[in-house]
Amino acid sequence: MTRIELTVNGEKQSDEVEPRLLLVHYLREVCGLRAANVGCDTTSCGACTVLLDGQSVKSCTVLAVQASGHHVVTAEGLSADGELHPVQAAFRQNHGLQCGFCTPGMVMASVGLLAENPHPTEEEVRVGLEGNLCRCTGYHNIVRAVLAAAEAQAEAPAGAPAEAEVTA
Amino acid sequence: MTTGGVYTEDVVDERLAGACHVFFVRSPLAHARITSIDVSGALEAPGVIAAFTGADLADLPAIPPSAAGLMNVEMQQRLLATDKVRYVGEPVAIVVTEDPYQGEDALELVAVDYEPLPAVLGFDPDDSSLLFEAAGTNVAGYWGDRSSLKDDLFDGCEVVVSHTIVNQRVAPAPMESRAAAAVWGDDGRLTAWIPNQGAQGTRDNLITRLGVQEGQVRVITPDVGGAFGAKFGADPEHVVIAWVARELGRPARWTETRYENLIAMTHGRAQQHTITIGGSRDGDVQAYRLEIVQDAGAYPKIGAVLPFLTILMTTGPYDIPSAEAIAKVVVTSTTPIGAYRGAGRPEATAALERAIDLFATEAGVDPAEVRRKNLLPAFTEPHRTKFGALYDTGDYVAGLDRALEAANYGELRTEQARRRASGDARQLGIGLASYVEITGMGDGEESPPTENATVEVHPDGTATILTGTSPHGQGHATAWAMLASEELGIPVEKITLQWGDTDLIPEGGGTGGSRSLQQGGAAVQQASKELIEIAKERAAAELEANPADLLFDKARSAFAVAGDPEAAVPLAKLAEDERLLIRTVFTQPGATFPFGTHIAVAEVDTETGKATLLRVVTVDDAGVVLNPLLAEGQRHGGIAQGAAQAFLEEVVYDPDGNPLTTSFADYPLLSATEVPSFELAESVTPTTYNPLGAKGIGEAGSIGATPAVQNAIVDAVSHLGVKHIDMPATSQRVWQALQQAAQPGSEQK
Repeated sequence: MTRIELTVNGEKQSDEVEPRLLLVHYLREVCGLRAANVGCDTTSCGACTVLLDGQSVKSCTVLAVQASGHHVVTAEGLSADGELHPVQAAFRQNHGLQCGFCTPGMVMASVGLLAENPHPTEEEVRVGLEGNLCRCTGYHNIVRAVLAAAEAQAEAPAGAPAEAEVTA
Repeated sequence: MTTGGVYTEDVVDERLAGACHVFFVRSPLAHARITSIDVSGALEAPGVIAAFTGADLADLPAIPPSAAGLMNVEMQQRLLATDKVRYVGEPVAIVVTEDPYQGEDALELVAVDYEPLPAVLGFDPDDSSLLFEAAGTNVAGYWGDRSSLKDDLFDGCEVVVSHTIVNQRVAPAPMESRAAAAVWGDDGRLTAWIPNQGAQGTRDNLITRLGVQEGQVRVITPDVGGAFGAKFGADPEHVVIAWVARELGRPARWTETRYENLIAMTHGRAQQHTITIGGSRDGDVQAYRLEIVQDAGAYPKIGAVLPFLTILMTTGPYDIPSAEAIAKVVVTSTTPIGAYRGAGRPEATAALERAIDLFATEAGVDPAEVRRKNLLPAFTEPHRTKFGALYDTGDYVAGLDRALEAANYGELRTEQARRRASGDARQLGIGLASYVEITGMGDGEESPPTENATVEVHPDGTATILTGTSPHGQGHATAWAMLASEELGIPVEKITLQWGDTDLIPEGGGTGGSRSLQQGGAAVQQASKELIEIAKERAAAELEANPADLLFDKARSAFAVAGDPEAAVPLAKLAEDERLLIRTVFTQPGATFPFGTHIAVAEVDTETGKATLLRVVTVDDAGVVLNPLLAEGQRHGGIAQGAAQAFLEEVVYDPDGNPLTTSFADYPLLSATEVPSFELAESVTPTTYNPLGAKGIGEAGSIGATPAVQNAIVDAVSHLGVKHIDMPATSQRVWQALQQAAQPGSEQK
């Protein structure tokens, strides 16, 4: 067993874990944060996407021990004070989800995408989300949601909570 | 949105405290005799509680084939294989552990000896290697009789084209794989959390397969991460989890990996079609024959029933004077076939729409013109087809014209001609598909489709709806609340929908076959109206007025005396002394038949064979639309899945029956970069079969899009001599077709 210390959604965590424990299982089973889902075995689907130091990563392909000393944000940590993050709000507004299984990962990947490229074209959104699979929506409304979120963030005043959360 | 859904693996419940974890040892061989199974090694591994084989479950009944009376009764499935394995992935044994990681380790320690047998593959397996020796054949059964086919069907046709095409096997691959959590109470009752499409059907399967009494099983439906037809009922694995929980006297859980999902959840489609179509030189279709071979996989499940639906929809939206269809169902050493979005109807449309295009090309008539010429004229009285389907309402030509207009068909053909003339490496293809499909089917005309709903208004002004449908992304909570709100005057956000708990809702047909709104939604509307009638009696007593003098004011959700709006009583107040609720059953006269036309525009790089989907324009007329956002979402998802079958997705086996598409790295599940945004055109032809005027919309997209995209890709290279490319029309297949067509003197097939 190995001791890890990290920040999850702004809270300090310290736990003894098996070296082989995946970050997604650590988040789900140890932290009880079950928004991130496991949808494949091969880092293909992205349902487990979280932010690691502000960058979107597939938490099935990061060992919990590798996250030690870093900041992890999951879908649970994205919204502040009961307010939906602009990306979450845009997914809701644009019916960017159906069964919801891919949604936490899709939202985190979108947050990561917009952090890197705040004004993406439709093509850039599609390429940016290529690693996140959805079987229900045909991606149509997901793409619309991300473009809408980009627009909403552009209109929001600088230093809005959304920006702060991503880099927390 | 902030915490994620609560899927079966996420369920935290005190009844499940201390649950053990179940892992399946699955066959690595397509076809083999099991000579021995030794679980002793696994039993010594850390954390292993128990291990079981088929012998331990010998008392449980085998699963008989579907389509009783038509399929060979010897083709039965044991929950865990005993004497033989018949596909890679078939469950053979289980290990039960304290911790999931221990289970993954212990699986490796179960030693199974197999005596390999030849794999049974393809649409024409001979009987040299029998999957079921007792059956004496690999043919499971037939739909229709070959001897009924007429020799002279195509006599008098100036143009006759025949082709054998494959509607390939695909994986439903919902993002949430299968799972279960089960516990038996001290009262001898099972409570099982299972992702499903209809808890009542899942409960009934568990009762039958566990051999327990009615009333002994409760199924609870957590959030379900997609299903697409593949989560109806209870699979063998679900039954085994329930059995383990009883055997060990402790709760048991199971979540399959994606690898398991891709080899052991039922697959879809898997039909071969021999299509023959004939007609006049000017594009009149006079005769059509469809000969189907259904690969049912290792066990004849729903797959064995799919040809029934395909045959029923043989002639689709067309008026074809002479038509015939038959089917043969074979078993192969592959994953069993089940329902997948559209289930039997997409296959009918794919065959027919390819046939129409082959005919149009041969006759030299524009494919849009051939369709317009042969579509049934608009009708408002039900139309009976030669195959027995009773179409409720339709205006197919209008749907076609609307799609052509929305796509700007004429300009597309101009651009195509320009590229052809200039010899552009990137050729343009325009593909059409007109369809009609069945939604909300009952069990034949003697047993019309029904659904129940319970509506209750509470004293605090909120309301609860119980439904027998089972949403998993379709948005029933919103749509059903809209319907009740409209009648009750209670805001949508104060209305809660409950579903999927068989103790709360003992009856229900679930969600599938695009039935939910037209029947489940109609039941909610009917119940809400009936509730107002009950409430009116109470209001009359309360206000000391004649019920006939009362008006229901929806704006206030209150009854008022006509002419004296001050004398009023709120609906909620009428629930104070006695519960205000009603359960009702809505019965629809029959299935409804939505229709439409899809137009796909594809660009094919003739140097590499790569097809890029540029546009998909669709008309999907499902009658009156209750919630456009939700209906569009259903169309988008269906279009994407349909398109994916046309040019990307396929479950592949090697010649020994080994599956080659066992992960999302190998199975090319559609991603965001492979489709454009979709262009949806509107068309509304109401049904008279329910008061909403609504038909089903869940599967339409997947029915129209597949042949539209396939036709577009073929169309892009048809001037180069290519007549047909089987699905999926991958770069390799397109390139090969181009090479073959370029051979001097070759007649491309």
